[in-house]
Amino acid sequence: MMQMTFARALNSGLRRSLDNDPKVILMGEDIGTLGGVFRVTDGLQKDFGKHRVVDTPLAESGIVGTAVGLAYRGYRPVVEIQFDGFVYPAFDQIVSQVAKMHYRSRGTVKMPITIRIPFGGGIGSPEHHSESPEAYFAHTAGLRVVTPASPQDAHTMIQQAIACDDPVVFFEPKRRYHDKGEVDETLDPNSAPPMGQARVVTDGSDVTLVAYGPLVKTARDAATAAADEGVSVEVIDLRSLAPVDFATVEASVRKTGRLVVTHEAGQSGGLGAEVAASITERCFYHLEAAPVRITGFDVPYPYSKVEMHHLPNLDRILDGVDRALGRPNSLSGLEG
Amino acid sequence: MVQLITPAGERVSHPEYDPWVKDVSDEQLCSLYEDLVVIRRIDKEATALQRQGELGLWPPLLGQEASQVGSVRALRDDDFIFPSYRENGVAYCRGVDVKDILRVWRGAASGGWDPYKFNLAIPQIVIGAQTLHATGYAMGIQNDGADSAAIVYFGDGATSEGDVSEAMVFAASYQVPLVFFCQNNHWAISEPVRVQSHTQLVERGTGFGIPSMRIDGNDVLAVMAATRVALDRARRGGGPTFIEAVTYRMGPHTTADDPTRYRDPNELEDWAAKDPIGRVHALLDRKGLFTEEFETSVRTKADAVARDLRAGCVGMPDPEPLDVFKHVYSTPNSWLDRQQDHYSRYLASFGDPEAAEQEEGAR
Ligand SMILES: Cc1ncc(C[n+]2csc(CCOP(=O)(O)OP(=O)(O)O)c2C)c(N)n1
Repeated sequence: MMQMTFARALNSGLRRSLDNDPKVILMGEDIGTLGGVFRVTDGLQKDFGKHRVVDTPLAESGIVGTAVGLAYRGYRPVVEIQFDGFVYPAFDQIVSQVAKMHYRSRGTVKMPITIRIPFGGGIGSPEHHSESPEAYFAHTAGLRVVTPASPQDAHTMIQQAIACDDPVVFFEPKRRYHDKGEVDETLDPNSAPPMGQARVVTDGSDVTLVAYGPLVKTARDAATAAADEGVSVEVIDLRSLAPVDFATVEASVRKTGRLVVTHEAGQSGGLGAEVAASITERCFYHLEAAPVRITGFDVPYPYSKVEMHHLPNLDRILDGVDRALGRPNSLSGLEG
Repeated sequence: MVQLITPAGERVSHPEYDPWVKDVSDEQLCSLYEDLVVIRRIDKEATALQRQGELGLWPPLLGQEASQVGSVRALRDDDFIFPSYRENGVAYCRGVDVKDILRVWRGAASGGWDPYKFNLAIPQIVIGAQTLHATGYAMGIQNDGADSAAIVYFGDGATSEGDVSEAMVFAASYQVPLVFFCQNNHWAISEPVRVQSHTQLVERGTGFGIPSMRIDGNDVLAVMAATRVALDRARRGGGPTFIEAVTYRMGPHTTADDPTRYRDPNELEDWAAKDPIGRVHALLDRKGLFTEEFETSVRTKADAVARDLRAGCVGMPDPEPLDVFKHVYSTPNSWLDRQQDHYSRYLASFGDPEAAEQEEGAR
């Protein structure tokens, strides 16, 4: 076991995949000499060469579109989109080509492409650098969408994503890149929990709190704070956003009877709506209260001086927990 | 490559381009010099403000002053500009209050000025997107039968983006009054220009049937002459022009970047010798125009602008919490109104709003 940052854990996972499979090839803007703007690919071009770690022209549609061709030819491309807000030029290639190729070719063409996207806010960046576009991709059939929340998961899940024969949109919570944690670099990704499986992070009995990516840490902190007030919160890290492991969430809600979902993305049409609806269908008679969503607002990601108002934080999550428990909260006395 | 002032400050003649700047008087030359110096000063001050935590980020334009000044000073007030994030020198020349230039970089707003007041669009961060906007705007000019033009600024890296190719297709097909102004500063963050193109960038334009020029982007007169040629063509119905201004980004890509990881220091040295300010200084010297009095007046001006910049930046009030919800739609939206109402109640639930605000830590 070793203490390492989230970014370093990804780097180590990428290195292992490059080592193990000569068909793995990394592509993206500034990922070579610079090692990526977050240094996730640091040193990889030096060790694996310019043909396996490729500095591409500034053309996102070009990056993903050529990855499609490489996959056709048996490669396993891992592409980096520099920031969440710059994936949109590639959106057409991702949703119309990457996602549908296997289906269109009646299973003959595999698209084992991993699309790495640093996502989310809280780092004081200008616009287009803090978005949470996961719902667009989770809504597209044919794509798997995952997001690790700990360095260990980053290390194993990136290897699992690369090994997966389906395309994977791999969201990296950028404000956690520098967080440290224990990582077992020798862990065999095949024996680790699969990337499609949710994980109970903190056991609890009063409320189920579902989070993913950057907010898992915030949710865990909220659970600790709630415990001080005698409220027992079970925190679930979703890990996979498409498909969602509803069974794990369902088992928890059957136990607690209450559900709070939190994400940075805006509320409407977000993952929270999907979780709330699906869990309501699955365990309506076990619910003691309506599911609660604590999310970003339905606004363009705001400029940095006010982003802290947009992002769910510990207090807003606790307020949501109070709502689910019917305890006094900021909306007490309000109907509808 | 078109050049009218050598790095040593010699005025060289060019039969084709000389006529386009023959009206530039000594006085105007001095004023161009002042622009260059003031812009460099703005850049330096803003970089310092970022280092002091007053700005979230700053994209320096050190070395690119002549490309920006020469081109923007060739425009008329009714010509419309579509900039990227680096055209802060253009914004200054266009009359934008220096404090408003900083607004976006301080994180206090998404756009710092009214585009229609200056005929200057808000900065674009998505690489290349503005080239299509400029093309559409120029189509509008054409439809209106006006004789103004549009100009769009973008980098060498941007030429790889699909949007830029599509913009050139549209602009050439409809022969719109537009100047594609590419500042080839040799780097797209860490990627040298050869990653973007196997040929000289100027050939991009030619391939789309757009008349193209490759000019010394560190030479303020050459830039001005070329931009005037392009604008004249646009106004006379001759369609778009592509200008590759060959310049160099002497600083980091942004204040978050570390060029020592990818750039040979010798390269920087070579380009420092071609500095856009040094050569105008030398030219003015040769002409006997660089008097002590002139030097003092330029320095006084730069000092004053830097002072305004600093004062405007540190004195800028923070936005209000509920500003988050402003301007998402131009008409009320019930979903958002509900979220705003809930968030107001949440803030109020802390009692003292000031204290509540301080407690809001997103991390
Ligand atoms: C569509 C898109 N992809 C990636 C980025 C991230 N990014 C910001 S600036 C930059 C380099 C731009 O280089 P260039 O076009 O040469 O302009 P310069 O910054 O050198 O003036 C990149 C990759 C972005 N802003 N937009």
